[in-house]
Parts: sequence; C-alpha cells; structure tokens
Amino acid sequence: MNEARLYIRLLETSIRSQLQYRASFLTGVAGQFLVTAMEMIGILALFHRFGTLQGWTLGQVALFYGTISVAFAIGDALGTGFDRMAALVRGGDFDRILLRPRTSVVQILGQELALRRIGRLAQGLIVLGAAVWILEPAWGPAEIALLVLTVAGGAALFLGLFVVQGALTFWTTESLEAVNAFSYGGVTAGQYPITIYEDWFRRFFTFVVPLACVSYLPLTLVLGVEDVLGLPAWMRASAPLAGPAFLAAALGFWSLGVRHYQSTGS
Amino acid sequence: MSQIVVESLTKVFRIAERRAGLRGALAGLVRRRNREVRALDGVCFQVGRGELVGYIGPNGAGKSTTVKVLSGILVPTSGTCEVDGRIPWRDRRAHVRNLGVVFGQRTQLWWDLPVVESFELLRDLYAIPADRFRAVGDELTRRLDLGGLLNVPVRQLSLGQRMRCDLAAALLHEPGVLFLDEPTIGLDAASKLAMREVVRTINREQGVTVILTTHDMDDIESLCQRVLVVAEGKILCDGSLASLRRTVSSERHLIVDLAEGISWNGLDGLPAREVEVAGGRVRLGFDPENVAAAELIGRLTARYPVRDLLVENPPIEEVIAKLYAGGKA
Repeated sequence: MNEARLYIRLLETSIRSQLQYRASFLTGVAGQFLVTAMEMIGILALFHRFGTLQGWTLGQVALFYGTISVAFAIGDALGTGFDRMAALVRGGDFDRILLRPRTSVVQILGQELALRRIGRLAQGLIVLGAAVWILEPAWGPAEIALLVLTVAGGAALFLGLFVVQGALTFWTTESLEAVNAFSYGGVTAGQYPITIYEDWFRRFFTFVVPLACVSYLPLTLVLGVEDVLGLPAWMRASAPLAGPAFLAAALGFWSLGVRHYQSTGS
Repeated sequence: MSQIVVESLTKVFRIAERRAGLRGALAGLVRRRNREVRALDGVCFQVGRGELVGYIGPNGAGKSTTVKVLSGILVPTSGTCEVDGRIPWRDRRAHVRNLGVVFGQRTQLWWDLPVVESFELLRDLYAIPADRFRAVGDELTRRLDLGGLLNVPVRQLSLGQRMRCDLAAALLHEPGVLFLDEPTIGLDAASKLAMREVVRTINREQGVTVILTTHDMDDIESLCQRVLVVAEGKILCDGSLASLRRTVSSERHLIVDLAEGISWNGLDGLPAREVEVAGGRVRLGFDPENVAAAELIGRLTARYPVRDLLVENPPIEEVIAKLYAGGKA
C-alpha cells in the first residue's frame, strides 16, 4: 500500500471514529456554519452602512472572502492532525507514530480529517456563489482555472501554517496559540483585499506568509481590475504557487523538528 | 555476532524549569531557565540474536530512554547504537519494520474501533501480505485467547484484555526484535501468565530477540536468561540472575520451623545472622563459603528441636534492592 492509499485508509478510519459520536459531529458542523455566517452578516451590515470598501464592491469583497474561506476550510480540515500535535506529544502518542514504518507526515495528516469543517466549507462556497451571482462575470476557462489554482494554493499555504505550528511543539510542548495569529488571523485578514491594509502588514502577508499571493494578486486578475501594486499579469497568475512553496518549506522545518523530538517520560 | 550493539550511549535532556506562582510563570515566559538531566550516561551492552534480556532499574534510571533510543524515537546526545547493522534514528523506517514495541502504559490500538480493525490498519501500515496476516493473526488469537475480543471497541476492554491485544498488535508483522516496556504492569495473574507464555514461545520457537523492562521480578525470573541492571543512566550489572546474586552477596537463607513449644533464644554462636524471627519460624542468613548448609543444620538441630527446614536463595527483590543501593553509594 503506497502512501497515498494509506492516507485515504487512515482518513476512512478517522471519519468512522468521528461518526461514532454523532451528536458531537452534528453540533460541530452547525457551530462552524453559524460562526462564519455571523461574520458574513457583519460584513453585509458594514456594506449596507458604507456602500463600498475603499472602492471595492460587495461582489468583489465576497469573492475575496469566499476564496480564502474555502481555502482555509480545506487546509484546516487536512491539517487538523498538526493542530493537535501538542496533545500528541504530551500524551506520548507521537512515539507510536515514529514506531511505524511510514513517514510521520502521512500519519499525522491521516490522524484526522475534521469533518465538522464542512460547515465552514459550505459557507465559503455559498459566499463564492453569491459573489458570482452579484458580479455576473464573463469568465473564460483561464479565469476559472486561476480561481481554482488560487484556492488550491491557499489551502496549501494554510496547511503549511499548521505544519509549522505542529513542528514548533518539538521545541516546546506548550500550546502555541501564537501561530494562530497567522492561520486564523490570516484568514480574517485575507478576507479583504490586501490593499486596504498598511504597508508593513501587506509586506508581511506577501513575503513572509504569502497570503496576498493566494488572494489579492491572482484575484485582481480574475476580476480584471487594476493591481495598485503594479505587478505584471504573469507574476499575479503564478503567485498562487507560493502556497505549495510555503508548504514545502514548512515540511522541511518539520523534518528538522522530528530530529529534535524529546519524547516524554515513561 | 551481536544483533544489538550499544556503545557509550548518552542522552541529556534539557528541561525548562518552572517557577512557582503566577509571578514565576510570567518570568518564565521572558527568560527560560534550563536544567540538564542526564538520562543515559555512557551505556554499553550487546545483545545476541535470539536472546531474552531483562532490563531493570529503579524509576528514572533510564530504562525507557534506552528503549526509545533503540527504537529510533529519540536521537542520543552522543554514543551510538546499531540494530542489525542499522542506526535506528537514521534509518528509522527500515529499522522499525523489523521491530515490535509494547508500552505497558499506553496502547497502540485505535481507541474507538474494534480490535480487529486496529489489526487491519496495522496490516496496511506494515504492508503485511494477506496470507501472513491471516496465519499470524489466527495463531496469536489462539495463543492469547483473543477470539471473543476482536469485535469489541478497544475502549471497552479491561486492562488485561487490552494488553493481550497490544502484544498481538506488536507481533503481527513478525518482527525479529521485540521491546517490552513494563508489559505486565497492573495485570491480573492470569493475564501475566498468558503474556509470559507467548513471549517465551516466540523467543524460543521463532528466535525473536526480546528486551524486557519491568519492575516485576517474577517476569525476570520466569523469562530472562540474562539481566542488565541500570541505575542513574549507567549499567551496574550484566549477567545471569545467579551471577547477579553472587555480585551482591552469596548469602543463602535457612528457614527453620521450631518444634512445638520451643522458643528461639538467639544464635548462640551459630555462624549465621537472624533475618527474621516470627513465632516458631526463624529465617537465618548464612554464607555457604563460610559454613556448609549441612554443617549449619547439624549445629542448629543439636541445640533446638526442629520440626522442618528449608534452604533457599533470598528473594530476587532483595538482591535488586541491594544492588540499587550499592550503585548509588
């Protein structure tokens, strides 16, 4: 059984375990959906009051919001195992993972596919649908392909953030809520066009955690609007590749962490 | 040719010190104070293929750390070890393919799933061929009496049942090396016996090399030809149980049941020491190199009317306790 099939196999198991606790699963899905729906209502209220956001229309903001929400929901669902690393290390279960003849990454990925993230995913897709409905865009295959690539790049970026967060537990077993500033904070920041923020903030989310590369830059191309940062189209079109690049770097950091792993007492 | 070679293995842990109180916790956020703990301090030993070795020592002696380094979980600070010519942490995946590990305190089974599904997941994780999986699974099910447990979710098993399932899980991929870390801790007598029987069988019949850490001296006495004693990160003693006894002391015990109505009036010049006097039963310690058992008995019975006599070795727990105490001195 190769790593990809093993991953599917482990996920199957995780899903079956989750469905054993059906009430918890259903309330989890509903909760996720409600939280994000409330956020969206907040934005609608803002627009109702002010009309546009620094020249961005409701439809355009909905596209940013929906894209990043879907990307985050996918990355978050895939990366739940990394999000749980602190508990895995503290409980000694990470030892067990190292005792099996498989890469630790595939086993951690396979730990859990958080099905309750379906709530957030559904909500993101609804907002994306609303964006299309409001904008009535004349998209060709190129725009649609770029949108899909943007979502995929975003999912890879968020997964990478969870990998970094998980890898940090090899150095400190304390919970690392600080990294959430980049993952959960990133999703909030990325829901709006990056140009509305201050320069330093924009630079951070372009070059360190390349959030702009999986939202603002490609989406301006999808929307056919001017990029105030003035980057050429080819750069904006290939910007989502920063997501997988970030993920690759995160995995390198992970391997370094595994060698530093200290385990716990008996 | 040794299968497991451990040379001057040292592992130092850095542990962040926590200070008391809220103020201490806040100070700890700003500046960490680290304390070094030397869990292993130059451990050397070798184990041949097919040996069954007991690895014992007081809590915190470094037993689990050794097992974890040998398993490829931990990278040592210095020193080396090889198992089948492989360095565990460097060639982890190839190494663990031939390794079974049971941690008595933890399970490797999936908590919410029936036992049989955990076994099937392990089959896929280790890529066990279907026919071997069936043959080995059936054999282990019979030996460990798992027939009635296979469809029970792991969380509903008793500790003894779970440990039997865990042992089976560690053997499904037919490892050539087995590490057991306190496998009988907290088990009832019947489960202990079943576990020992299976460990003995796979060691004798299939030549599996076993390293067993335990606090249960019955495990050691009934299973191990050889014992390694570790304390404070160093190997104190390496040899058979008999040689271990000799290292500590050659003393043997003579248990005397005095005849009815006779009371013990002290040694009165007998070449022995009183270990315990309880009612009509007296336990004497003597050095066989100093006085033969027969001579001691002769001189004793000349003085006291005796109903029954028994010569035995002191309990292994006592020997081990003395050894630990000696190691610290």
